[in-house]
Amino acid sequence: MADRSGFRWSPWNLLLLVPLLMLVTPWFNTKDPVLWGMPFFYWSQFLWVPVGVICVAVVYARTKDDGVPVPDADPDVDDLDEGARQRGSAQ
Amino acid sequence: MIQWTELIVFGALFLLVTVLGFVASRWQSSGAGLDHLDEWGLGGRKFGAWITWFLVGGDLYTAYTFVAVPALMFGAGALGFYALPYTVVLYPIVFLPVLRLWSVSRVHGYVTPADFVRGRYGSSLLAFIVAVTGIVATMPYIALQLVGLEAVLRTMGLNGTGIAGHLPLLVAFVILAVYTYQSGLRAPALIAFVKDILIYLVILVAVIYLPTKFGGWSAIFGAAEQKLAQPNPTTGNPQGSILLTGNNQLQYITLALGSALALFLYPHSLTGVLASRGRDVLKKNMVALPAYSLLLGLLALLGFVAIAAGSKPITNNATGRPDTNTIIPVLFDGQFSDWFAGVAYAAIGIGALVPAAIMSIAAANLWTRNIYKEYLHRSATPGQEARQAKLASLVVKFGAVAFVLFVDPQFSIDLQLIGGVIILQTLPAVAIALYTRWLHRWALVAGWVVGMGYGLYLLYLIPNPAAGKAHFGGSALTLDKLTVFGWHPFAGSTVQIYVGFVALVVNLVIAVLVSVALHAAKVAPGADATEGADYHADEDSDRLKPVADTPVH
Repeated sequence: MADRSGFRWSPWNLLLLVPLLMLVTPWFNTKDPVLWGMPFFYWSQFLWVPVGVICVAVVYARTKDDGVPVPDADPDVDDLDEGARQRGSAQ
Repeated sequence: MIQWTELIVFGALFLLVTVLGFVASRWQSSGAGLDHLDEWGLGGRKFGAWITWFLVGGDLYTAYTFVAVPALMFGAGALGFYALPYTVVLYPIVFLPVLRLWSVSRVHGYVTPADFVRGRYGSSLLAFIVAVTGIVATMPYIALQLVGLEAVLRTMGLNGTGIAGHLPLLVAFVILAVYTYQSGLRAPALIAFVKDILIYLVILVAVIYLPTKFGGWSAIFGAAEQKLAQPNPTTGNPQGSILLTGNNQLQYITLALGSALALFLYPHSLTGVLASRGRDVLKKNMVALPAYSLLLGLLALLGFVAIAAGSKPITNNATGRPDTNTIIPVLFDGQFSDWFAGVAYAAIGIGALVPAAIMSIAAANLWTRNIYKEYLHRSATPGQEARQAKLASLVVKFGAVAFVLFVDPQFSIDLQLIGGVIILQTLPAVAIALYTRWLHRWALVAGWVVGMGYGLYLLYLIPNPAAGKAHFGGSALTLDKLTVFGWHPFAGSTVQIYVGFVALVVNLVIAVLVSVALHAAKVAPGADATEGADYHADEDSDRLKPVADTPVH
């Protein structure tokens, strides 16, 4: 079943859960500390934008080795073809 | 009073994108013409990282978002800021599933999410349900783009009464319809460059220049706090607050999460995804798209700036009621010089055209692939499919115009709210199916029926006293009203929650329970046309179906 659905796992994927912590509103639903006149509720949520970007970027960079990445300029590198690799290992 | 300077700047930029829209038919063309859905409806499936960034960004962050989010902040305060967490948690959530969907769609030549569901479950009924849900959820969304465009036109003084008052909007939309018909997805892809650059320019100027004008952020938040604390004339409760209250925290969380789960189920989002060249393009975009989230967060704060500036929403002469969606155009009108206000309006106006074009293409693709081809003309050639989709895109657009002309804009806003709730009901059949087929196809149908019915019922129960409505008054359900066959598990609670989230949970519970029963009864699960490796195939794999090839079925 797992093979049939083609499921692949990397522990780095867990990083994608980190930005979800932003949904715990009681942590930041306060006015203080104020920064440049902006209540904590607002400026702290802006900080989560880079956190989300970093988490996704790390997963992108660390899971590259599993297969893919085709350099932008040269889409003909067969060795890096993830589909071909998968077929090679799965069958 | 017509604002001539603003109108001329707006007109010049509108003319520019019109020319681009027509030129786009030859842009990046393979010479094969547009007689295939891969070409007309997906731009040749070869957009690189930059084009995809502008296209998807221009698609997801719509004019309506730019107008409605600050309007919500203006009216209700902190709750409107949900747009920021929504677009931050969005990309980590969709990062992996979107890649799988791209790969499997590219291997099998799927053009719509419903195509995938049909291939995955061998069920044309389930595909039909997903397609219809997508079309119904998209239609009011297109109408809302018109609401955003019209808010700008009316602020510039084109605020006539009756049908004549809608004439400028109609003209703008006919032009859009014609070049989308001709150029397909390439038109919004090219125009998105202009749209996004203008939006960035305007917002950056606005968030740097305006706060200094009103004494800095502390004065602005002070003014907002004071105004929001005043009681609403109808209900006697405070209008809102600059922090979340005990009652709306859960609403904030579930609205942000529910909206994030829903966004990439909308057909227009997936159209942008499927038009990209490869997995790496999508991955880069998932890292780079949050730049727009930053913008959206800053823009939301302009709702408070409008409070500090004492902006008053314009009365829509067609309905006779003040329209809070005009609050941002009004703010720009009062604070910017005429020519820059014209640029700002063009940003919002063109910002309406890009998503409206993509949404109409997405709806047309669904119609063509999953209804016309499936039920009306099974032997349709790729050329006939493309022609059908072009015609459908016209019908969809004029349907949206008719909505705005003959129906209260408030109705479109309510419908779009419902749209988020109903599109979420396709999550098990589309998103979960990317990982497992354990949920049985008939269980998915059952979950959809129950989740949809229950969601609509809960929406019906929600009143909006401030707007004088007894039903369909918003998407925030007070837990007290939550009922399971007359049983109120949270009686007395004043805590609010997003209806879409509740309906999705119910949908999932039903889908799981029915699946257990059907697996036990050994009911046939249907054929799966996809295999494991399909979900990882990249742009250079030989598994991929050639672009503009004879389609599946």
